[in-house]
Amino acid sequence: MKYVRKYLIALAAATAVMTIGHAALAEELSIMASGGAWQDAQRKAWFEPFSKETGAKILEQEYLGDLGKVKAMVETGNVPIDLVTVETATVLQGCDAGILERLDYSKIAPRDKFIQGSALDCGVGLDTYGDILAYDPTVLKEAPTSVLDLFDIKKFPGKRAMRKFPAQNLEWALMADGVAPADVYKVLATPEGADRAFKKLDTIKKDIVWWDAGAQPAQLLASKEVVMTTAWNGRIQNAIDTDKKPFKIVWNDQILEYDMISIPKGARNPELAYKYLAYISKPENNAKLASYITYGPVRTDAASFVAADALPKLPNAPDHLKGAYLVADTEFWGDYGEDLVKRFNAWLAQ
Amino acid sequence: MSALQPSELDRPTLARDRSAADADLKSVSAALRRAEFGDRLRSLALAAPLLVLLALSFGIPIVLLLSRAVYDPTIADALPKTTKALAGWNGQGLPGDDTLAALATDLKDTKAKGTAYELAKSLNARLPGARSQVLKTVRKLESADGQAALDALKSVPFWSAPATWPAIRSGTHSLTSFYLLSALDLRWNADGGIERVPPEQAIFIQVFLRTFLVAASVTLATLILGFPLAYLIANVPKGLAAILIVAVLLPFWTSILVRTAAWTVLLQKFGLVNDFLLFIGIVSDRLDLMYSRIGLIIAMTHIQLPFTLLPIYSVMRTIPPSQMKAAYSLGARPFTAFRRIYIPQVFPGVMAGCLLTFILCLGYYITPALIGGASDQLISNFIANYVNVELNWEMAAALSFILLVFTLALFGIFARILGLDRLKLV
Repeated sequence: MKYVRKYLIALAAATAVMTIGHAALAEELSIMASGGAWQDAQRKAWFEPFSKETGAKILEQEYLGDLGKVKAMVETGNVPIDLVTVETATVLQGCDAGILERLDYSKIAPRDKFIQGSALDCGVGLDTYGDILAYDPTVLKEAPTSVLDLFDIKKFPGKRAMRKFPAQNLEWALMADGVAPADVYKVLATPEGADRAFKKLDTIKKDIVWWDAGAQPAQLLASKEVVMTTAWNGRIQNAIDTDKKPFKIVWNDQILEYDMISIPKGARNPELAYKYLAYISKPENNAKLASYITYGPVRTDAASFVAADALPKLPNAPDHLKGAYLVADTEFWGDYGEDLVKRFNAWLAQ
Repeated sequence: MSALQPSELDRPTLARDRSAADADLKSVSAALRRAEFGDRLRSLALAAPLLVLLALSFGIPIVLLLSRAVYDPTIADALPKTTKALAGWNGQGLPGDDTLAALATDLKDTKAKGTAYELAKSLNARLPGARSQVLKTVRKLESADGQAALDALKSVPFWSAPATWPAIRSGTHSLTSFYLLSALDLRWNADGGIERVPPEQAIFIQVFLRTFLVAASVTLATLILGFPLAYLIANVPKGLAAILIVAVLLPFWTSILVRTAAWTVLLQKFGLVNDFLLFIGIVSDRLDLMYSRIGLIIAMTHIQLPFTLLPIYSVMRTIPPSQMKAAYSLGARPFTAFRRIYIPQVFPGVMAGCLLTFILCLGYYITPALIGGASDQLISNFIANYVNVELNWEMAAALSFILLVFTLALFGIFARILGLDRLKLV
């Protein structure tokens, strides 16, 4: 594959020359985020204040969280981005594949100040979000009380939307099949456990509409295409607050996850990227995001900085952790992710 | 042409001195060939920059990408010492301690070289479950050396399982048929034969068939809609024809993404199409048009219609109406005249339009992703998934290769049946 690389490097040379010349002019930080309300919130909470403080210009890019694009950049030696926001499972994948830089936490913040599982070798946590269930009470007369009501076709007939990805769906399927949240990953690690989860999903397969992008669930609810949908809590809250939609969120049996940010190998400006990571990892800054979107901080000492009116809407607000919930197991998805994704795709196609 | 050939006009003159005429003809045709060759060289020189650009930016990348389907040196590159040590292994039982020690050193090195993940992935493709075992071992080896490393390796039962070593050995060959076979739901079995993969893993044949079925349905639908419309445009007064052509072309100039997005608005449960059907009372309940095969075919038919229609229209335009009148005057009924005079002349245009639409449909990506349901995803969606999400570019290359071979074969068959010069594209 050496030839491939050489050839691609040659092809990339022209663009590289242009970008290098460009970067020398002003301090620029290019960040790839996954768009929508979440990127807007990051802009207000972090991009703009950081820009003001350091004088660095932030270039925003948008993508849907697929690592293929980043892999292509790293392989061709032309990496026009300095930071990329990713999911936890993607951080592990990218770390093993040598696509993402191993982070030096001495330049960011003490690693033990992060909630467990939110400071990884190749990615720093940005926020805590909840995989929740959302519905429109003007359509659904009876209110669902748990995310697991997804699987109750009799009580809640109609189409439901779920993310086109095995993570979360398999966990919920097992929980709906009677597995306690604490045992979910132990069961899912066995072939019989995976069979059991897919069997449970089979019972609602023909009623599922699949979504890919985080903005889709709110659209699917608004167009009444589905009667309920799984979603990331901030996107739904955003639709309620800014678009005045009558949607409701079901927190019981939610799955808590972290958004991550990483530096791709060969980034143009890693020093500035570290400066940015250190900036957003300060507890007072880490808590700021919650004012613009309802995602909680990842630093254990940031809770006191969260604005009082934002607190009750966060997925890790005390009220929302009273019922059943599950913290997504990063390592499990690092180890079994690839096999389960493959099986999930085969299952979808059948 | 044939009606005007001199042989038919003036046979006696030509027969007078055949050999002299033949000689003349030869020198003339030789001169002609020389002149043509010069012309061809000149036009080739003019087109050279384009051809070079095409080869560099299109041809070579495609060949390089497709070569990934059969050329995968990941395992050989990651395990150089093991590869060498395995050369002396007879394939029976387990290899000796020296091979295991070589493996321990190689695995330790992968961490530094950053090849651990690629190795684990490549081995996992051949031996499901290998991924986490490889990464676990690499982690264990991190702080071990010499004998300790060998012991650490032996403590992972995976490395002494009977299936492991044949898989590693087959992976140390850089040329592999593994991905191409997988793309056809096949694999090598333990005895060296080829067998089908178990049904819960077999997806690609089904997806290929679905892709062809959708492409064929869309082609048929565009033909049914396009043929009468083309006939209408070819036979109405010029002004009206111009308006109709613009009506066909206007959406043609709009991007596929925009048209697909427009269809998602129209087709949704509370969208215009459902509202209209409900209003005129054809249906009593709202239909699930979005995220279904029927919605996908509707949208694709709309997008593909001009591609089928234009070649048909361009042929129909050249058929003088007087021919049909002549057929009537000779006693043919309208249907007979249509079947025996019109259809044979339109046929090349119909075939060209259908072939164009069919081949374009094989590569659809964005429309099935947005409008189709989970069981309407076409082969391009799987290729995109392997490229973007799973980072398994070898598998993506193998699927692309199969698709390309099929498309070329189809084109070849049509060209053979029809003759390439009879295929009339616009």
